[in-house]
Amino acid sequence: MPVWLEIAIRVAGVFAAFLVLPLVVGQTEHKVMAHMQGRLGPMYAGRFHGWAQLIADGVKFVQKEDVAPASADRSVFRLAPAVALIPYLVAILVIPLGPNDLVGQPLDMGLFLVLAVVGVGIVAVLMAGWASANKYTLLGALRAAAQLLAYELPLVLAAASVAMAAGTLSLSGIVEAWRPWWLLWQLPAMGVFFLAGLAEIRRPPFDAPIADSELVFGYLTEYTGLRFALFLLAEYVGIVVIAALTTVLFLGGWKGPFADADLGWLWTLLKVGAVSFVVIWVRVTFPRLRVDQLQRFCWLGLVPVALAQLILTAAVKVAT
Amino acid sequence: MTDEPTSAPAEKSGFPGKGLIKGLGVTLKTMTRKAGTQQYPDVQPELPARSRGVIGLMESNCTVCMLCARECPDWCIYIDSHKETVEVPGAARARQRNVLDRFDIDFSLCMYCGICIEVCPFDALFWAPDFAYAEGDIRNLLHDRDRLGEHMAGVPAPPPHDPNGEPSKEESTAAKKGGAR
Repeated sequence: MPVWLEIAIRVAGVFAAFLVLPLVVGQTEHKVMAHMQGRLGPMYAGRFHGWAQLIADGVKFVQKEDVAPASADRSVFRLAPAVALIPYLVAILVIPLGPNDLVGQPLDMGLFLVLAVVGVGIVAVLMAGWASANKYTLLGALRAAAQLLAYELPLVLAAASVAMAAGTLSLSGIVEAWRPWWLLWQLPAMGVFFLAGLAEIRRPPFDAPIADSELVFGYLTEYTGLRFALFLLAEYVGIVVIAALTTVLFLGGWKGPFADADLGWLWTLLKVGAVSFVVIWVRVTFPRLRVDQLQRFCWLGLVPVALAQLILTAAVKVAT
Repeated sequence: MTDEPTSAPAEKSGFPGKGLIKGLGVTLKTMTRKAGTQQYPDVQPELPARSRGVIGLMESNCTVCMLCARECPDWCIYIDSHKETVEVPGAARARQRNVLDRFDIDFSLCMYCGICIEVCPFDALFWAPDFAYAEGDIRNLLHDRDRLGEHMAGVPAPPPHDPNGEPSKEESTAAKKGGAR
C-alpha cells in the first residue's frame, strides 16, 4: 500500500469517527435521557423512533442566519467554534482503536499530546465569551476558565498515575501494559479522571459555565446557526474523547474477554459506549454544582485523591 | 459540599454518597420502565365513559322547556321555537305542541359544567367524549342542532343497572300497575 493511500485511509477513518460517534452519542443521549425521565424522546424524524433527529437538527442549524452581535469582535467570534473543535479532532487522531497500529497516528507521547490539546478548549471558551461582547457570555467564559484550570490538575495527575504504572506515554503502550488487576489498583485515578473529564467538557453536573438558569446560555448565548451547532458538536466530541481516554487509560482499551487481536476495535467501541452512557446517566441524575462547590470539590476532593493515588502507584511500582 | 446542618434523616444514611447512588438507581429504574407518554395524534386516547368532551342533543326528546338555557351559568344555549296545533283524531280538542326551530350551544362560552344535562327532565342532552373540535375561527364553535345531533353518535351506552340496587322508578311503577291490573 503506498504511503499516501494509507494516510488518506487513516485520515478518512479519523474524520468518520469524528463525525459519526458524536451523533451516535447525541442520539443516545436524546433517547436515554427521555426514558430516564419517563418520556419517549424524538419519535418522528426518520420515521423509526426518531433516529434522524440530529440530522434534522443539523439541517435546521445550517438554514439559520449566521448572526454576529454588532459590537462583537467579529473575527474572534467566528474563529471560536473552530478552536473548540480542532483539539478534539487532534485527540481522536492519536487514540488507539485496536492493536497493531489501528490508530490514526501512532505517537510515542500520545498521552502528553492529548492532555495538552484538550486543554486548548479553554481558549475557545474564552474567545467565544469575550468576543460576544455580552455580560452573560463573559461571566460564563470566566467561570469556564476557572473551572477548566482547576480540573486540569486532577486530570493530569490521574493520567500521570497510569503513565507511571505503564512506564510509557504512548496510548497503545499503556493498553499493552494494562492488566485486569489495574482496575482495582487504579480505581481512584479512574474516578478522578472521569469526574475531572466531565468537568473538562463542561457536562452537567459541572455545567456552571453554561448554567442556563443563571447565565442564559453562558458563553454560547450569542451564537446561532452553524456556529452554535459546531459548539454543540464539540461538546459531544468531547464526550467521545473523554470516554475513549478513560477506556484506553483505565479500562484496558482493546483488551476484552476473548479475541483481542481480531475484535479489539469492538471492545474499544463497546467500552467507549458504556462510559458515554455513564456520562449521560450522570447528567440526567445530578443537579448542577454551584460555583463554590465546584472549586471545593476539585481542590479538596479530587486533587488529594489524585495525589494519594500517585503515591500508591509509585509505592507499588517500586515494590514490584 | 458545605457543612450545613442537615435534617435528621441524613444521619441514617450509611455511607457518604449514598444519596448520589440512590439517585443513579432511580434514573436507571425509570429508564427500564415504560414511558408514560401518550402518542396522541397517532394513537387516540382511551377516555373514560363519563368524559366531558362535547354535549350531544337528542332532538326528539326535547320539549323546548327552556330549563337548560335558563340554568346555563354562561347563557351559552340559544333556543328558538314556535307552537304548532296538532289535531288528534278522536280527541275533544286540538293539542298544542312546541316545535324546535333553533338549538345552538356556543362552545366558546361553555364551561363544561354539565348543569344543562343534569337539569334536562326529558334526557335530551348527553355528554359525549369527543374533544377534537377546535376551530380556527371562534364563530365556528357555535354548534347548531344538526351538529349537536351528530355528537349523539359518540355518546356511550348507559352503564348497566346495579343488580343489587333499587329498581328504577319506571320499573317499579310498571310492576305496580301490572300487579294492580
